[in-house]
Amino acid sequence: MSSPRLGATPSRTARTIILSLVGLLFAVPILAMIEFTFRDGLSGSYTLTHWTNLANPAVNAKYAPLATALANSGVLVVVTVLLVLVVLLPTMILVELRFPRLRRVLEFICIVPITVPAIVLVVGLVPVYSVVVKVAGSSIWSLGFAYGITVLPYAYRAIQANLGTVDVVTLSEAARSLGAGWATVLLRVILPNLRRGILAAAFISIAVVLGEFTIASLLNRVNLQTALVLISKSDPYVAVIFSLLALAFAFVLLLLIGRLSTVGSRRRKA
Amino acid sequence: MDATSRGATVELTEVVKNYGTGAPALDTLSLHARPGEFVALLGPSGCGKTTALRTVAGLEAVTSGSISIDGRDVTDQPTNKRDLGMVFQSYSLFPHLDAQANVEFGLRMRRVPAGERRERALGALEMVGLGGFGSRFAHQLSGGQQQRVALARALVTRPRVLLLDEPLSALDAKVRVQLREEIRRIQTELGITTLFVTHDQEEALAVADRVAVMRAGRIEQIGTPEALYTQPQTPFVAEFIGLSNRLPGTVRGGFVEVYGVELPLLDPTVAPGPVTVALRPEDVEIVSEGALAGVVVSTSFLGSLRRSTVRLPDDTLLAVQHAVGLRTAPGERVALRFTGACVSVKHEENP
Repeated sequence: MSSPRLGATPSRTARTIILSLVGLLFAVPILAMIEFTFRDGLSGSYTLTHWTNLANPAVNAKYAPLATALANSGVLVVVTVLLVLVVLLPTMILVELRFPRLRRVLEFICIVPITVPAIVLVVGLVPVYSVVVKVAGSSIWSLGFAYGITVLPYAYRAIQANLGTVDVVTLSEAARSLGAGWATVLLRVILPNLRRGILAAAFISIAVVLGEFTIASLLNRVNLQTALVLISKSDPYVAVIFSLLALAFAFVLLLLIGRLSTVGSRRRKA
Repeated sequence: MDATSRGATVELTEVVKNYGTGAPALDTLSLHARPGEFVALLGPSGCGKTTALRTVAGLEAVTSGSISIDGRDVTDQPTNKRDLGMVFQSYSLFPHLDAQANVEFGLRMRRVPAGERRERALGALEMVGLGGFGSRFAHQLSGGQQQRVALARALVTRPRVLLLDEPLSALDAKVRVQLREEIRRIQTELGITTLFVTHDQEEALAVADRVAVMRAGRIEQIGTPEALYTQPQTPFVAEFIGLSNRLPGTVRGGFVEVYGVELPLLDPTVAPGPVTVALRPEDVEIVSEGALAGVVVSTSFLGSLRRSTVRLPDDTLLAVQHAVGLRTAPGERVALRFTGACVSVKHEENP
């Protein structure tokens, strides 16, 4: 661009410095975690034992709670993503097509959870869950309802960003004028064009659910994060290793989201 | 595609569309389009022309009245059962499908076998001049090309009615003229009944068999382009169709007197009194000598003709259309003459 630089736009060097500082802020704890997993107790030397122990049946029996926790988190991921796909997505499409006036209201409702700290959310959720447990039992999946709320802002944004670039009203009218019923319009026209937004919403929901600690802990549920805290009390190395793995997984998901959007934009430019 | 006539009649009977906010969008609108006819719905924005088209498409439910296609009442039929082809103002190609798959969409809905589907889609693309563009996606096509594909997509199912909702308004001027002529050619070839919504009077006059000028949810006048142009029945139509000068005049004895010249009235029954006269620029001539004189304010070259604005002694500005060879210069004094064509008048409203 040849347009003169606005006062608010930082220069190239300023950008680099800021980015490096932020990058460092994130890199230091992660590198420290990695370094920590290779430490050999208090001796000060390095060892691979903590990593190899993961495959050692004699030692890893005590990680059993972690396996349960992983399974629980898996269930929660599935329930949460299903909630996003079955409740949020159809609502958003319906609002876009038939009730455009409700768009602001929906946006407000979906963004609210991000303004409420998890700890405050839990205060409200405790009495709710005393009822939920009576109705749905105390199995882990019902925690997905709470997570459905916490992921709302992220999922909403991801889908809305995609909806904003697709004129679903005109596309569905065109499809209907060509003889398509509503089901066909949804499956053959709207969903294929929202694919990126839907995938991004699902991935970001997974990342949020895998990182959730506060609600699960205060509602006395076991998920990956609560189990990690518990294990860290007996074996800090394993806890850190699993935190790293979870982090790496979330990182891969975020990279995938990024890739999805760049693939889309490259195609548009071609 | 076969070239046999397969147009259907389209009939709107006293259609009312009320959104519940203020005046109705359609106010007991009746319209009859004959098989194979190209009818343009013309009017300023907010006059209800698009709403009228959308009720025919079934995209908008009517409050009262009925719509029939080919003699069958379709008022309560959903859009996808009405067997229509429609082209929209905004680009409406499915972005995840290439041009050919877009064109095949309607055929797929009608469960046409793959082989025939492909063949007809390629034929339709050929028809709109885009043979060989089948594998392009919407983002790889220009605006004009996208609307061509949309036209092919609308026509490939051989619908009974073609609905065009300002399909040209997003295109630039040159492509617009090109494509409108092509639409007219294809429409004539296929003999498909077509409703064409536009706010561009030149476009409407150029392509339509009949033009319906709409205002406030009603049809003000419907007729051939010539009839609308030469015999506007209301001052609104006179002003909307073509460029008109508005001059003060007085009606008396079946004539209207404008600047001392008596001109015949389109509607001789107008009550006597002061009126505003709508006079077309081509009904004024620049002559070497005449009673009415003025000073040229500006002049513009329009290709096949020239249009000058002349300031009359009473400061009224008058547009005059004349031959290109006659070059006027700003500041030049010219004499004017009215050709004596019939004019429409409007009584001055008393404030």
